[in-house]
Amino acid sequence: MTLAPPRAARLALADGTVYRGIAHGAVAVAAGEVCFNTSMTGYQEILTDPSYAGQLVTMTYTQIGNVGTNPEDDEADHPFLRGFIVKELFDTPSNWRAREGIGAFLEREGVPAISGLDTRALVRRIRDRGFQNGVLSTDPGFQDDAELVARARQVPSLEAQDLVAEVTCSKSYRWTDGGWAGVSGQLPSAPAPDPRLRVVAYDFGVKRNILRLLVDNGFDVTVVPARTSAAEVRALSPDAVFLSNGPGDPAAVEGVREHVRELSQELPMFGICLGHQILGLALGGRTRKLKFGHHGGNQPGKDLATGKVAICAENHGYAVEADSLRDAGEPVEITHVNLNDDTVEGLAHSERPLFSVQYHPEASPGPHDVRYFFDRFREMTLRHRAGETVSGAQIAKGS
Amino acid sequence: MPKRTDISTILVIGSGPIVIGQACEFDYSGTQACKALREEGYRVVLVNSNPATIMTDPETADRTYIEPMTVPMVEKIIAAERPDALLPTIGGQTALNLAVELAEQGILARYGVQLIGANLEAILKAEDRDKFRTAMQAIGLELPAAGYARSLADAREILKHTGLPSIIRPSFTLGGAGGSVAETDEEFDERVDWALRQSPRHECMIEQSVLGWKEYELEVMRDTADNVVIICSIENFDAMGVHTGDSITVAPAQTLTDREYQAMRDAAIAIIREIGVDTGGSNIQFGVNPEDGAIVVIEMNPRVSRSSALASKATGFPIAKIAAKLAVGYTLDEIPNDITRETPASFEPTIDYVVTKVPRFTFEKFPDADNLLTTQMKSVGEAMAIGRTFKESFHKALRSLEVGHAGLERPAVPEGQEGLEALWRMIDQPRPGRPWALAEALRRGVSQEELHERSHIDPWFLRNLAELVDMERGLEAASVEQRVAWLRPAKQAGFSDARLAALWNLDEAAVRELRKREGVVPVYKRVDTCGAEFEAHTPYLYSTYEDECEAEPTDRRKIMILGGGPNRIGQGIEFDYCCVHAAFALREAGFETIMVNCNPETVSTDYDTSDRLYFEPLTFEDVLSIAELEKPEGVIVQFGGQTPLKLAMALEQAGVPILGTPPEAIDRAEDRERFDVVLEKLQLRRPASGIARSFKEAADAAARIGYPVLVRPSYVLGGRAMEIVHDEASLANYMRFAVKASPERPVLVDDFLADAIEVDVDAISDGDLVVIGAVMEHIEEAGVHSGDSACSIPPFSLPQTVIDEIIESTRRLARELGVRGLMNVQYAVKEGEVFVLEVNPRASRTIPFVSKAIGRPLAKLASLVMAGQTLTELGFTEEIWPKHFSVKEAVFPFVKFPGVDTVLGPEMKSTGEVMGIDSDFGRAYAKAQIEAGNKIPESGRVLVSVKKQDRGKIGEAIQEFHDADFEFLATPGTARVIEALGLPVEAVAKVGEGHPNVVERIEAGDVDLVLNTVEQDPVAVRDSFSIRRAALNRGVPYFTTLAALRAAAGAIRALRQSSIGVKALQDVHPASEDR
Repeated sequence: MTLAPPRAARLALADGTVYRGIAHGAVAVAAGEVCFNTSMTGYQEILTDPSYAGQLVTMTYTQIGNVGTNPEDDEADHPFLRGFIVKELFDTPSNWRAREGIGAFLEREGVPAISGLDTRALVRRIRDRGFQNGVLSTDPGFQDDAELVARARQVPSLEAQDLVAEVTCSKSYRWTDGGWAGVSGQLPSAPAPDPRLRVVAYDFGVKRNILRLLVDNGFDVTVVPARTSAAEVRALSPDAVFLSNGPGDPAAVEGVREHVRELSQELPMFGICLGHQILGLALGGRTRKLKFGHHGGNQPGKDLATGKVAICAENHGYAVEADSLRDAGEPVEITHVNLNDDTVEGLAHSERPLFSVQYHPEASPGPHDVRYFFDRFREMTLRHRAGETVSGAQIAKGS
Repeated sequence: MPKRTDISTILVIGSGPIVIGQACEFDYSGTQACKALREEGYRVVLVNSNPATIMTDPETADRTYIEPMTVPMVEKIIAAERPDALLPTIGGQTALNLAVELAEQGILARYGVQLIGANLEAILKAEDRDKFRTAMQAIGLELPAAGYARSLADAREILKHTGLPSIIRPSFTLGGAGGSVAETDEEFDERVDWALRQSPRHECMIEQSVLGWKEYELEVMRDTADNVVIICSIENFDAMGVHTGDSITVAPAQTLTDREYQAMRDAAIAIIREIGVDTGGSNIQFGVNPEDGAIVVIEMNPRVSRSSALASKATGFPIAKIAAKLAVGYTLDEIPNDITRETPASFEPTIDYVVTKVPRFTFEKFPDADNLLTTQMKSVGEAMAIGRTFKESFHKALRSLEVGHAGLERPAVPEGQEGLEALWRMIDQPRPGRPWALAEALRRGVSQEELHERSHIDPWFLRNLAELVDMERGLEAASVEQRVAWLRPAKQAGFSDARLAALWNLDEAAVRELRKREGVVPVYKRVDTCGAEFEAHTPYLYSTYEDECEAEPTDRRKIMILGGGPNRIGQGIEFDYCCVHAAFALREAGFETIMVNCNPETVSTDYDTSDRLYFEPLTFEDVLSIAELEKPEGVIVQFGGQTPLKLAMALEQAGVPILGTPPEAIDRAEDRERFDVVLEKLQLRRPASGIARSFKEAADAAARIGYPVLVRPSYVLGGRAMEIVHDEASLANYMRFAVKASPERPVLVDDFLADAIEVDVDAISDGDLVVIGAVMEHIEEAGVHSGDSACSIPPFSLPQTVIDEIIESTRRLARELGVRGLMNVQYAVKEGEVFVLEVNPRASRTIPFVSKAIGRPLAKLASLVMAGQTLTELGFTEEIWPKHFSVKEAVFPFVKFPGVDTVLGPEMKSTGEVMGIDSDFGRAYAKAQIEAGNKIPESGRVLVSVKKQDRGKIGEAIQEFHDADFEFLATPGTARVIEALGLPVEAVAKVGEGHPNVVERIEAGDVDLVLNTVEQDPVAVRDSFSIRRAALNRGVPYFTTLAALRAAAGAIRALRQSSIGVKALQDVHPASEDR
């Protein structure tokens, strides 16, 4: 074993802190907002989640790469995150599904990564002081602390960046794959229900597992780019509209809100994460930035109608301000909250077939506890299609 | 939902004595549960026969019964206390089984007691393998193919479907007792037979082998609102086939993708719902095929378990405490997370470190036991370590074990077996010492692939081991100048200073000095349940080598307490009890208390017990680093057993203040030559003795003293390697073994006082005043290790003059040695003469027993004395002579070790103890026997076979049994003695001398009690082995000493006079509450 690390890497924060470590993946200098995720499994899904566009993602769990990567677990064609920060990275995978080690994956996908630093110190810094921007360099020619810090300070804020434009698809497409077939011995899954329903899914950076679960729940899915107009959606004559997750500041997303508002008057609509925030904005509400957001698979989400607490996957730095919707005169109810900090996690319209959720019922990675949102979406769409006047709030209350 | 108001008194059942498979983790969970329930205003009634527990302290519950854990006795407690509810899920398998019996016999219904936590149906559904299988199939989950046998014929039928190798699991046993793997038809027959006998229901499961699959465990909790959370995932380093208690285990799971993990999580949630565990924690085990990810459910425990204790310590989430609150109606979102304070308990802990648990075995005490690890648990303790990476955590766990390894040293290979074969023996089949064998194989160039194929250990773990071996090569090759650069990476990978010193040919101090000069010092991170997402308010800390230290030491007056490390025979829960008491007392006295320990099963490693908890190995390096950071005003080393005591001298030399008895005094007591000077000065008698550093010296000493002699290495606990030798040949044998057992210490040779009575004394001294805690008279005669002997407070046969002499000698010894704190002295009394055997100026194994017998918390008092108070200030100035008798009895693991002799000797073999309290000796002894699992018959047949020297002494006891209408069977020699007494006896052939012989009679069920005493010579021991083993296998109570038989006769007399009653500790010591 040779001692000197083969490649040095540094991570500089805008507040002047510099961490030194070992470089992995692409040789690059990456700038972005530093965030952390507390999931202990599913780093591949996190790497390929388009919601991380513009961010340098720190894993709080320390042993990363153990199971390599495989084609099935990708959440998008490519990663959109800027860089990856871990305590220890394992290049040689051990898992029957692994096809490629994480080092090779990162290199092939052009993602720089750093390991060997005190990630817990970094996470505590973000937790105590909030999100901040940083620069990760695996470029041997760019390892000077002062230069890195200076660069970190120039990184534009995520606010006011329309990152959705960066990650959305360029043209619409049909999605037909269902969920993972799984392994022998797991709980049996229900067969896809009849009749099939048509949904148009706005792609703000959609995770594949959402699309897979829509298919499993009996939807024929057409994915459309973020700036698809209401008229274009209408032309597809869908039974419902879905608003996907995605990266960044919802308020900065351009050319979407007005179309969502228009469609929300006529079609059942379900939003997840950024889609939830965009629906909130479209209805006249406001969003705010959280101190360091919720990123992990262990968040307690309470369903206010049933009183039940589910363990949820969450990944968001912004939240809808509930009062703002009421101020805007929309009859919207809060259906779910995060018990850690009482953030609004779910909204439902009292009159129209609209509901949305801040957390990720598709998980991937994370627990499957709140997959019931897809069932609710199906039920709401069916009832609306049958001519019933149904509201999101009714569905949330199980009535 | 708020807590229930329809119940007010709750009965909690503990787990009884420490046995393999059920150790102090249930004191941890039981104590937590009692505290949690009382916090909520419930009246808690507790039953547990184990005095060495915090849960049986009179302060833990409102009413504490140290009584036999049998249906009739618990019924008496229920009748007296009239509880509204019974919490059966926190006292291990013992409590669960007892609760099932109480329910099935209608006792709970009769008294209107409802089961909370888990109902009868759920318990049976989880515990009965057939019902469990049906339930799993109903929800679409799979189990290994299996069938259910009540006879060998059934079993052979099932084997046709499942095939060999086959797993055999008896129903309703703990620690997988009786479980095994069979590879051949012969093994199959033999092991099925054993398993059927082990099962209280005489049934077992024959199961398809999933040997070599990956093994996982999930700790699951559910509340009344059906909210379910997973507290922790655990992956076993050893593949399926090794009991999880004997496996190295790692948290969190390391080699599952999220999809696979979530499939397992979904299954776990469906299982706890289907089984119908209403509230609380369950442990669910899964097997995963490494080839295709296929999942099988292995088993579920509908209660807190060893794994849940581990999961609590691994994550900071107090499972038992929360389980207790859920049982009385709270939901998870109503309970705050103590560590973050701002978030609720309805979440799943996430960790940013790796936890490794390594089992501790004691095969050196049972040389005849097969050390192959199977589905029946054989380890007696465990150590846990926390590191930021697996490598660091694994390394720390290995040195926490205290088995003479500072890291992955080259294993000692027997002479002539230097080839790979000896290593393969430990790799192909799981045996203790596997990590060292794997590392050595890697050193010798065996590929990771081959190791995986042969051991089935996941390649990820092997890769980590290979990286450690690579690093070791680099370290060895590094030049003196290069070493500095190696320090940080090596420390980050968990290499200890001692290991680096060995690799660099330096002494440990030099490595430490170099490291500190270079600023390579540990930092401490907090265990916070949440991966740093929220601030941790609980200083539960572990060391690592990174940038940021979160210890934040305070400037309060503080005292550090060193725990005892992993449980082992000779050093167990009793010492943890003392450490916990020190923490409680000193906290109450206004000190900040700092606990250091690495045993996840204990109360001491509950983050609530002390103000600060360092979950760290108890090595000089690790302890000194904490002391240097915290700068306590004193360190308590005399409570944790030999582990911290061994560090005392070095810590003191490093400038760490040691509280209480100075290490110098400890050395005076433990060093035989120095101690002889003390005795001479005080003119106290001791058996003739000598010290030997070679065989020649030993032989000379023995010749001078006269055989038989007692030989042992100095500085040991639990009679490790202590033997009585009868001639020079056995002495020669012994010296080879003993010198290996303890290379740097001389061997002590003592006159063996045959037929002497042993006496134990615990005393407390503040340096001026000495108060005797208790004088304990042993029941078994000298020669049986004090930890294995039953004993009585007060003495039941000693004359007062002897007791007075013992008390006076103890006082003088304490003053002469300058004891501050606790002291234990062992005496032998022969023909009215008192001999000092040994003095231990530290907490002894009997402190909890004595404290409960006299109603005074000796360890608490001693810790306050060490912190500077006087006994006068503490109001403890006079001996207490209780009006009742308290009897301690030892509990043995023989049933787990087929082929091992049950005869008692100077080497300690018991794992736990029980306590019987009653108004006279006979009844107290009877209770202790029942608690220890010896079903003393009130009538029937006694088989007697005694050694020659005993033949003249059996008359009195035999007459008593005769008077109690017992009949006698005896081996021919003994039969003649009984005949000569004029009593009827049936002579039975010895083994090999005809049929039916004694063993066959025992096996035929003709015998209700066995008395077998045997000469201390190997041939006699071997000849009578099958008698003792047959008694054990048939569950027939047996005594191997005459003294114990006499006590048993007294017990039978007491039992026949009237039935025994129950009494709460609070009534035994009515004053104890205003202490």
